[in-house]
Amino acid sequence: MRANNILGIIFANAYDNVLGGMTAPRAMGSVPFGGAYRLVDFTLSNMVNAGIDKVGVITSNNYQSLMDHLGNGKPWDLARKHDGLFFLPPFSAQELERYNSGRLGALQNNTQFLEMSNEEYVVMSDCNAVLNIDLREVCRYHQEKNADITMVYRYGAVPKLPNRLLIDEITDGRVTAMSIATADREGEANCAANITVMRKSLLESLLREANASNAASFERDVLLKNVANLRIFGYEFKEFCPIIDSIQTYFDANFALLDAVNQKQLFGCGRPVYTKVYDDMPVIYGLGSDVKNSLVADGCVIDGVVENSIVFRNCRIAKGAVVRNCVVMPSGFVADDASLTNCILDKDVTIRSGRALAGADTYPVYLAKGIRV
Amino acid sequence: MGAKKECIAMLLAGGQGSRLGILTHAIAKPAVPYGGKYRIIDFPLSNCTNSGIDTVGVLTQYQPLALNEYIGSGQPWDLDRMDGGVHILSPYQQIKGSEWYKGTANAIYQNINFIDRYDPEYVAVLSGDHIYKMDYSEMLAFHKEHDAACTIAMMEVPWEEASRFGLMLVDDTGVITEFEEKPKNPRSNKASMGVYMFTWKKLRAYLIADEAKEGSSNDFGKDVIPAMHNAGERMFAYRFDGYWKDVGTIDSLWEANLDLLNPKANIDLTDPDWRIYAKNSALPPHFVSEKATVQNSLVSGGCFIEGNIDYSVMFANVTVEEGANVRYSIVMPGATIKKGATVQYAMIAEDAVIESGAVVGEDPEQIEDLANWGVTVIGSKVNIGENVKIPAKAMIAEDVKGGDAQ
Repeated sequence: MRANNILGIIFANAYDNVLGGMTAPRAMGSVPFGGAYRLVDFTLSNMVNAGIDKVGVITSNNYQSLMDHLGNGKPWDLARKHDGLFFLPPFSAQELERYNSGRLGALQNNTQFLEMSNEEYVVMSDCNAVLNIDLREVCRYHQEKNADITMVYRYGAVPKLPNRLLIDEITDGRVTAMSIATADREGEANCAANITVMRKSLLESLLREANASNAASFERDVLLKNVANLRIFGYEFKEFCPIIDSIQTYFDANFALLDAVNQKQLFGCGRPVYTKVYDDMPVIYGLGSDVKNSLVADGCVIDGVVENSIVFRNCRIAKGAVVRNCVVMPSGFVADDASLTNCILDKDVTIRSGRALAGADTYPVYLAKGIRV
Repeated sequence: MGAKKECIAMLLAGGQGSRLGILTHAIAKPAVPYGGKYRIIDFPLSNCTNSGIDTVGVLTQYQPLALNEYIGSGQPWDLDRMDGGVHILSPYQQIKGSEWYKGTANAIYQNINFIDRYDPEYVAVLSGDHIYKMDYSEMLAFHKEHDAACTIAMMEVPWEEASRFGLMLVDDTGVITEFEEKPKNPRSNKASMGVYMFTWKKLRAYLIADEAKEGSSNDFGKDVIPAMHNAGERMFAYRFDGYWKDVGTIDSLWEANLDLLNPKANIDLTDPDWRIYAKNSALPPHFVSEKATVQNSLVSGGCFIEGNIDYSVMFANVTVEEGANVRYSIVMPGATIKKGATVQYAMIAEDAVIESGAVVGEDPEQIEDLANWGVTVIGSKVNIGENVKIPAKAMIAEDVKGGDAQ
């Protein structure tokens, strides 16, 4: 299938409620990740790297940060005359209730967008899985297998998220049994990454059916329900793919990027991850700075100690400051003799001189946007 | 026909920068990388945007491909405009034939039509060779206030260095009384910065006259400015205080880069009120490993640092392996410094590879004869083999196999 025959759909708010303070002011897609990005960047980049040039970003609330980040889509090469990036907040107040009922409601609110698009296929994706995947390969697989629906899955920890589909039986790629993970499910399994490919016409008819039967869940009432009567195929993704379901997994997923193998899989595989452009200066390391095992983004000035940390753009770590095992989001300021261990600092947080904060690696301390300690 | 503009800028970016040797074999001087993520041309372009000049003609000639691709639509500098914006101006065929730009004045002369489209009152002529932040609107205000025909930006340089520059003698009111070109015994320390503001009507006439003059070298400094001066035109010097560095030689380019790490050098690129824009690639944050040490250095996106860096500038996607040492050096995009290699007082160009154990450059403090010391340059994509030693001042444009004597 030609890449520009595929429509991209992104659910920017999926699982908003699992990141506590981080998603209080912003959509899941807007959550800063990996030193220089927001979660939506991985999803969007996957799509544009596959040549998809029309993407609808469905969002229900808390979307000002997302709008500001996406702008007109130019950094992802989606500022187009025709097609390009479509930002899809609620069209009117009447739709709000349906949005809040999940993926199905969100799609049903956007049937006009689907109708008016003339692409033959659609790729739908959440934002809380961090992966760099060649969607061209996935679409090729979908065609080769003559699939009705292709679901990307990965073997790993079962995400503690509602309605997470597990691939229980799969033969030659064909999914013959699926189930929804129970809330107490531990351990590892083949879990859906919530990246799904199907013909647009099929999606539209499934949505009509769901509407008619007053269905509530896309996973349960559309995918699971049709495992026997539709050709559903699973595409296994074997590389770095954390699925964020809590502040802890968010924390861990960031630290996993300190591993060179994961860095290569996410950033160095030949498909760049695009993000909003900031015109920052490269990082300045002062005399006496001491940085080990860390990712540091442009615009930072580092004069203190930084270990095992992810420091986002435009942060200042003063001389004498010690930052260990932390995720420091953009524009953070850590003053001299301040000490932070196992913390997540949201944007614009200031830690004043001499202050010390420590969490545990299994219980990081989260400081909300703009806080001054 | 564009809308009338008060002032447009013409940026001379056509030079080879021959004193930059192998660095400019394949790219024009204004495209030479600087400061980890910039190119020299980002400075005049950003200065224009920040000064409110939204129409810039960039005159290219020598090896323009990298520069043209880099500038593109001008969007990174906010110069992708409905009316105006940045335009690349190469020599082109006309009824009377075509010719390469013969000199700086001829380059502007050949583009009179471009300038006339905007019917400006004033034209700023900028060189694409310097690192500096300047508000051209203030220079324009000065030019208008003094009802000048030509205003030349001027900087007072240390007397010991004055003889390297084109100098001006200026009276108390700012009028330029005399010019001196690189004199042995300078009478003035006021150097011309190569930044000019002209009243277009006047410049236009002098350009046409100069083109018709037999034996003219068609150069601003040598021909047009003296002609204006001798005809009694009002010529003023506009004083500039601030960092200004010509990066036309290997040593000055190296110094200018390292100046970013020197608090005494007055160059601050973190000023949010005077951003220096550049075309950004999508690069991940750089990684500093457990074994690395980074001191007093600049590191750009995409770098993978496992070795030791001191007082150096790392451009994008540079790899410094474990045990490698980089000091007092500039490493340009994509270069790799392998295990245990040493790079000191050197410039490593794009995509070069310094293999294990090689030693590039020499510390001036360890050298007996300082007259033989200079920055070492390894050219683009060059491979310096294992354990090879490259001495100070060398310029290496070809691979050097491991074990070869140097």
